[in-house]
Amino acid sequence: MITIKNLYKSFGESEILKGIDLEVKKGETTVIIGPSGSGKTTLLRCINLLEIPTRGTIHVGQKTLTFGEGSDPTQRDIIELRKNTGMVFQGFHLFPHMTTLDNVMEGQVTVLKRSKEEAREKGLGLLEKVGLKEKSSAYPYQLSGGQQQRVAIARAMAMEPAVLLFDEPTSALDPELAAEVLKVMKDLAHEGMTMVVVTHKMSFAQDVAHQAIFVDGGILLEKGSPTQVFKNPRHERTKLFLSMLDD
Amino acid sequence: MLDDRAVRIIEILKDSFIPLLQAGLVFTVPLALVSFVLGLGLALLTALARISGIKVLEAIARFYVWIVRGTPLMVQLFIIFYGLPKAGIIIDAWPAAVIGFTLNVGAYASETIRAAIQSIPRGQWEAAYSVGMSYPQVLRRIVLPQAARVSVPPLANSFISLVKDTSLAASITLTEMFQIGQRITAATYEPLWVYIEVAFIYLMICTVLSRLQNYLEIRLGKYVIK
Ligand SMILES: Nc1ncnc2c1ncn2[C@@H]1O[C@H](COP(=O)(O)OP(=O)(O)OP(=O)(O)O)[C@@H](O)[C@H]1O
Ligand SMILES: [Mg+2]
Repeated sequence: MITIKNLYKSFGESEILKGIDLEVKKGETTVIIGPSGSGKTTLLRCINLLEIPTRGTIHVGQKTLTFGEGSDPTQRDIIELRKNTGMVFQGFHLFPHMTTLDNVMEGQVTVLKRSKEEAREKGLGLLEKVGLKEKSSAYPYQLSGGQQQRVAIARAMAMEPAVLLFDEPTSALDPELAAEVLKVMKDLAHEGMTMVVVTHKMSFAQDVAHQAIFVDGGILLEKGSPTQVFKNPRHERTKLFLSMLDD
Repeated sequence: MLDDRAVRIIEILKDSFIPLLQAGLVFTVPLALVSFVLGLGLALLTALARISGIKVLEAIARFYVWIVRGTPLMVQLFIIFYGLPKAGIIIDAWPAAVIGFTLNVGAYASETIRAAIQSIPRGQWEAAYSVGMSYPQVLRRIVLPQAARVSVPPLANSFISLVKDTSLAASITLTEMFQIGQRITAATYEPLWVYIEVAFIYLMICTVLSRLQNYLEIRLGKYVIK
């Protein structure tokens, strides 16, 4: 579903990602862990091309793009690849001038050109799925953080992406609110949604992930099943990092 | 007891009120409205050029704003109306005024709009891009609606200033409200009272506009915490 080959990303002089190779199979969940500043967010943002890789190949769904060799992909290519992905941010980023339902309908109508009726039906279905159907006419400021994040998940799902990307979706939330978001994510994982999740919620990772990776200094240091990576890491660096997590 | 002079002044004010109000509604308000709408369009284009990341466009936009903001509006109007005919370009008073005011609004409001666009958090752009929107779609659907709310107070300010600045058009022979006032003064020799009356009508128009501003702010602000 996702294949990343030899991915490099620099900001100016500083090289943040240093040759990442990663594969995510259809229907599987991959969890990314790593210290602050190691490049987890950058890696995720390269997958949906919010950051343009300096070098490397990215394949998502049916689309493959190569960067840093000859002519770079056009804006059109970038949008096409991005349409295969959905992104859930740490800070939610709902559209504040739209109701919950309009947030979930917006991409469907503007990008997918679905009719309003179709988009509304789909949107209400998704809001129901994340447990917020009765909030469909509320504005984002009227929702708790956990509710906002669940709407953000519905908004991403509405585009029927091949893969959902999550960047620390619960780290801005109190444990209680985080739990309701994690519950929605677990349901998605069990339904066979392909997901890549940056998180340090180890119980979530243990429960649903098929693959775990540890990123350090822009290098993919460890890759394997969650049990392998969390219980029997090969590198001292990984052990040290895991010992510092309290969850 | 009213003396003769007071009776005369009241008579003059009564007789001149309708012609002045008429000039206000037929010339001043439409002149301001047309110039403002065109000016806003120009301002939006200029603001988009300024943040386009395209060097040439940015330079053109910055040059335009520099010229307009750095020179008096009255001088600009004189160049357009009295100056350009010497270069073979003859423009009537009405279009000349519209051009002058439009250029003016375009420059000032472009800075307002640029600041409003830039005040919308990056996360909004990124969330919109993430559902697959293109740059124009993000602007139209996500960023500009939010920027519009932020822009209402400063743009309302610009519009109210413009309504008053239209009095400058009298200097290029346009018969707007102020010029009618000048004529009445010339005929009656009562500058104090007639100009107070003119001021009063400007004040009424601007008061209505302030109300409109409040209404717009409430309408566009319904999604923010009060
Ligand atoms: N747009 C940018 N311009 C310059 N440097 C950047 C940019 N984005 C990220 N960086 C740098 O890249 C490095 C990796 O950042 P990134 O956000 O990917 O780390 P992270 O692993 O997600 O960290 P955290 O756990 O704190 O979220 C950091 O040193 C950061 O300062
Ligand atoms: Mg991060």
